[in-house]
Amino acid sequence: MPKIEVNKEFCKSCGLCTVQCPKKIIKIGSEVNSKGYNIAEQTDESQCTGCKLCAIVCPDTAITVYK
Amino acid sequence: MSKEFIKGNEAMAEAAVRGGCRFFAGYPITPQNDIPEYLSKRLFEVGGTFIQGESEIASINMVYGVAATGVRSMTSSSSPGLALKSEGISFIAGSRIPAVIINVARGGPALGTIQGAQQDYFASAKAIAPGGFRCFVVSPSTVQEAADLVYEAFEIADKYRTPVYVLTDGVIGNMMEIVELPPMRDPEEMLSSDAWRITKYNDDSSARQFSTYRPTGEMLTVDNIAMAELYEEWQEKEQRWEAFMMEDAEVVLTAYGSAGRIAKSAVKELRAQGIKAGLIRPITLFPFPNKAYENINYDKIDKIFVVEMSIPPQFVYDVELATKSQLDYININTSGGVIVETESIVDKVKESM
Amino acid sequence: MEKIYERPSFTSPAIGMGFCPGCSHSTAHKLMAQALDKYGLRDKAVLIYPVGCGGLGKDWVRLNNIVALHGRAAAVGTAIKKCNPENIVISYQGDGDLAAIGMAETMHAANRGENLTVIFINNTNFGMTGGQMAPTTLLGQRTTTSPDGRDIERHGAPFKMAELIAELDAPKFVGRFALHDAKNVIKAQAAIDKAIRMQVEGKGYSFVELISLCPTNWKLNPVDSAKRVEKEILKEYPLGIFKDFE
Ligand code: SF4
Ligand code: SF4
Repeated sequence: MPKIEVNKEFCKSCGLCTVQCPKKIIKIGSEVNSKGYNIAEQTDESQCTGCKLCAIVCPDTAITVYK
Repeated sequence: MSKEFIKGNEAMAEAAVRGGCRFFAGYPITPQNDIPEYLSKRLFEVGGTFIQGESEIASINMVYGVAATGVRSMTSSSSPGLALKSEGISFIAGSRIPAVIINVARGGPALGTIQGAQQDYFASAKAIAPGGFRCFVVSPSTVQEAADLVYEAFEIADKYRTPVYVLTDGVIGNMMEIVELPPMRDPEEMLSSDAWRITKYNDDSSARQFSTYRPTGEMLTVDNIAMAELYEEWQEKEQRWEAFMMEDAEVVLTAYGSAGRIAKSAVKELRAQGIKAGLIRPITLFPFPNKAYENINYDKIDKIFVVEMSIPPQFVYDVELATKSQLDYININTSGGVIVETESIVDKVKESM
Repeated sequence: MEKIYERPSFTSPAIGMGFCPGCSHSTAHKLMAQALDKYGLRDKAVLIYPVGCGGLGKDWVRLNNIVALHGRAAAVGTAIKKCNPENIVISYQGDGDLAAIGMAETMHAANRGENLTVIFINNTNFGMTGGQMAPTTLLGQRTTTSPDGRDIERHGAPFKMAELIAELDAPKFVGRFALHDAKNVIKAQAAIDKAIRMQVEGKGYSFVELISLCPTNWKLNPVDSAKRVEKEILKEYPLGIFKDFE
């Protein structure tokens, strides 16, 4: 099953992945990293297709995609 | 060793090649044009690279880049061109990159005149650009010395990782003299740049970098203390001058560069007329050869004749510092663009005795 | 489970890039690093950094780099490449650096057809100094030095650098791409890969303009910044390949 992993320290809460994901399964979560950014999280792993678009748009290469 | 009857600018260019220079970038400006013209052919014969930059600024930046890859690099220009290069020189100094810069100076300010001049003393020895850094500054009096200093400049630059600045003018640049050119330096003898050149990749996690921006004053302080220590080291070890007929001198002249050569003729003429004259001729302008002036017999000597092709005078301030303001300073000046004459020096000395 | 997208090896695993959230400098760095990793060129690369936000990248990349004087990266790159042809030289510049103070160096390096890769971040303002008008600022765009909006009578029209450079004879690959969504990032990636490959093959000068987000100085959040690119900027700056020698 495809899924993503967000590197908590690299995420800057920019939100670009949230609008990019075709399945709309990424949102900015409530967890905050050491720099004070709310970290993006995948809300429903089961719908992830592994399309990588979130990782590709992420400026900070915070997202690793698994398939 | 080969002897040649050669023009100052070409002698410096050839000496650079023999000293290991393999990159030159420059922009046309009189009176230094023979240097790029000569090197545009010569460098390719030795596997080097020549670029006529689109500007003075581009040229000094090309030198900055190539010098950071460990290739012995040089640029040359003339006074207004040096003003344009000054920011680049500050980056080279701030990054601790070796390079050689020749200023075949002209009379200023601004466009001024293309004739021989010494109006760039402050701008070379004191403040090439903002930031309080210095270059290692040398100034030759003959074509032979010009060739020798350029040849050695590359060694000094590598040894201290500093820009070396050769201050000369159209008098030396355009004069032809018989010169014994130094031998072609063997690359094996040159100091290796492997420890720092930007083109060598560290296999560990640390990349190599040249950057002069320091986010904090504390970080800058570390660099600037190192810079100050470097200059102290030069003051201790690298002061150079010629003391000509100073042993028994009762009349002391001082001058550097092209004026130094004319002052030397004046000393000879004064001696011929029975006046015991001597000359202190600084070869390094930074570090300034203070030690040369310590040898003056201050019990017997109460004045010094300072010959300089600059109005207002500039060099005299360093002479005054070196002699701790103990003397009368008699300026013999012409404006940049007007070559000071032996007779006028002789007359002035006799008048003031 | 197989990793199908991961971080290139260009920054230390401990620190990320320090650019603002959503800033395309981060994206552009990622693409450069991915291209260098793809061809195994990390140890050959010399990045020429500009003065401006882009230059901050020096603190986070593990690639050899030198910060040029403001605007002079193309001159520095020209000379480094000429004397060290085995190195891969990338001149990475912003719009103030490349198109304002460095216009002469930019155009002359392009016109000489130096075997260089120039990556041009066009975010329509001077970012580091706080959002002043750049040569690329859009007509009508308000900046700290064009408070009433850029006006063609007062300030002239925006410079279209990719088109300008494509007009010269020597450049071999010139194009404009964008970084505001995944589809465009994929195209930009292909362009950067190609530009670097062409340098390896000695094919000559390439110029990759990247329409970039500057959420901080645009005073928009990153998502709205991406919308601004789509709605406003791409109307003024059409994307595409303007010259391709291959
Ligand atoms: S890989 Fe595709 S589907 Fe999965 S989270 Fe990322 S964008 Fe969404
Ligand atoms: S795109 Fe990257 S940095 Fe931005 S919110 Fe998503 S994971 Fe975080």
